[in-house]
Amino acid sequence: MAEADSSSEELYDEGNWVFYKYRVDWNDVVPVPQDDGPYPIVAIAYSEKFRDIYDYFRAILKSCEKSERALQLTKDALDLNPANYTVWQYRREILKHLNKDLIPELQYVKEMIEENPKNYQVWHHRRVIVEWLQDPSYELNLTETILSQDAKNYHAWQHRQWVIRTFKLFNNELEYVEQLLDDDIRNNSAWNQRYFVINNTTGFTKEVIDRELEFTLNKIKKVTNNESAWNYLRGVLLHHTGGISQDPAVKKMCEELYLSGNRSPFLLAFLVDMCEEKIERADGDMNDSLQHAVQLCDVLANEYDTIRKEYWNYVARSLSQRMNSSEDEATGSMKTE
Amino acid sequence: MAANVRSFEAIKKERFKDENCPTPTSEEQMKVEESVEQLFDLFSKMVEIDLDAPTLLRIHHAAFLKKSLTYLPNAYQCLDASRPWLCYWILHSLELLDETLVSEDISKIAQFLGKCQSPEGGFAGGPGQFPHLAPTYAAVNALCTLGTEEAYNIIDREKLQKFLWSVRSPEGAFQMHPGGEVDIRGVYCALAVARLTNIYTDALFDNSANWIVSCQTYEGGFSGSPGMEAHGGYAFCGLAALSLLGKEQLCDIKSFLRWIVNRQMRFEGGFQGRTNKLVDGCYSFWQGGAFPLLHRILTQQDPSAVSMERWLFHQEALQEYILICCQNSSGGLVDKPTKPRDIYHTCYTLSGLSVAQHFVHGKANIVGNPNNELAPIHPVYNVGLEAALNALQYFQQLPVPQTQPS
Repeated sequence: MAEADSSSEELYDEGNWVFYKYRVDWNDVVPVPQDDGPYPIVAIAYSEKFRDIYDYFRAILKSCEKSERALQLTKDALDLNPANYTVWQYRREILKHLNKDLIPELQYVKEMIEENPKNYQVWHHRRVIVEWLQDPSYELNLTETILSQDAKNYHAWQHRQWVIRTFKLFNNELEYVEQLLDDDIRNNSAWNQRYFVINNTTGFTKEVIDRELEFTLNKIKKVTNNESAWNYLRGVLLHHTGGISQDPAVKKMCEELYLSGNRSPFLLAFLVDMCEEKIERADGDMNDSLQHAVQLCDVLANEYDTIRKEYWNYVARSLSQRMNSSEDEATGSMKTE
Repeated sequence: MAANVRSFEAIKKERFKDENCPTPTSEEQMKVEESVEQLFDLFSKMVEIDLDAPTLLRIHHAAFLKKSLTYLPNAYQCLDASRPWLCYWILHSLELLDETLVSEDISKIAQFLGKCQSPEGGFAGGPGQFPHLAPTYAAVNALCTLGTEEAYNIIDREKLQKFLWSVRSPEGAFQMHPGGEVDIRGVYCALAVARLTNIYTDALFDNSANWIVSCQTYEGGFSGSPGMEAHGGYAFCGLAALSLLGKEQLCDIKSFLRWIVNRQMRFEGGFQGRTNKLVDGCYSFWQGGAFPLLHRILTQQDPSAVSMERWLFHQEALQEYILICCQNSSGGLVDKPTKPRDIYHTCYTLSGLSVAQHFVHGKANIVGNPNNELAPIHPVYNVGLEAALNALQYFQQLPVPQTQPS
């Protein structure tokens, strides 16, 4: 059993590596060289070992051999190229065919993930094995290990979201997110996960919105240039009946920041959108709001956010024109009345 | 100082400020800015002697690419399941550089791509591998870039359509390969090849637009799958796929625009892939390439507000980042300073450079040496504009296969 689960790499350590073509237990198999056609195009300088292993992999693929030794061979092939989805797919077919115990497979794919944390195929293999086992008990730990090395690893988050959603493991996720935000308040993946948890559990009820606003406003006060927190604020306010311009706590924070001299482009951008919403809602003097918004766009374009000059000029033009056309409509309708 | 270049004295004020709250994100960001600033400073001195600087190292890049077209070192073993990608990245880069291939070589490359086509339809990562949507997209783009009748006819369109059916999920999403992962790359790759080769049918993409829209996040960009974080590569896939469906209006364009303009880095000038991540040359295309699509959408919605001179990002700043920070002096381009060159980054930095240089109606905006100008691209497919239009025209004459799900 131990032998069956170790790769042949362990049986033949680097110095003693024996090519498949010299292995007695493989001498019934005729290796199949890669058919690139007559001309070398993007021809990779394969090592002799790589060529040997893949010649035998092509042979078993051709003969549809689904055996223990074929399973070993896929491991050797994946060691040399963990991005070969054909080998992974065929490995899964062999696992199924042999009705293999999947617990050792979990251990194997964990090692592969640790060595290749940014590879699509290893994570997909993990997901399929967990689906087959219907056992998510190792997944939160695994993803936490990977995220402890790179807190923004997209694949790890995607796997974690799938596990949490599929097996309803939302229970401690908000605490985990908070811990990550304590480590790095700018970790946008953690902010996104916060939204994911709430969206899939309580939803954004009035109470949740108030709680989240308080949480987010405190984080913004701490680091006013943190785009992640500003984006999350907008995310929460998507669910607010008052939009982005009506919540008293949000309004108060923005006013205080602005009056204290803060000119974070995210604050100014938010103020622009508040003005726009007030215009749309016909809340207050529309001309004042427009003027204020256009002024803000102007300082953003020319002073605080010059890299986005084109964008801010566009926003200002777009706002003014919408306002003009709605005034035209208003005067037009007055005339017809 | 050369025309069209930002004042590097003036942009020092754009350096990251950590507000006395250093975290891993801010520390990494400041390190990258440090390395970028060194290159900007060096450039400021150089431009005093060479008024045409910065210069695109055309000859070096072309030599690196042409060598790679036939021979790749052992380090590329990890891309052995992406060989149509290697062809596409190289051919597209050469096309952007206006480098032509002799017809004999065009034929050899087309034949090799034919070896990657699966008997079941679609293309695989290499000869004898299983078909997969990503190399299918790469192979079709590469063959269209080659642009000969021989190259076009390599594609078995009926089987390609059958392959697309085989990876379609009931919700209208696409698996990357039978038994493989589902994410937004799948639907973009499927739509791009279906439109380009004229095998699109409404039934094949029934409900796909709704699935794509379910990937738009509260930040405004698109994620790989519903619930995940907005990301440059996936955002391009989402917007381009909706454009290919003619259903851009189903997503929130305003929040998409807000998200994507904010991905351009205020100091470096290049794009990051996600909020609070680092600049990377490849996002010059994945983010930059979305702007021509946005321009078209916004022009339909709000024609008088949209600029008729420029895209909605800072085209000069992006060109500066690519030309000053992403060129390897021996040819090839990179993610960011200190990173090694590779073909992927060469392709997508050049594609982004082309977008930053060209506005609609042939209006060009070239930073540095006038010879830096690249060929224009078709932004939905990221194939040269001329090659894309030729391919569309060629396949339009052929009947649309009418295969059904099996």
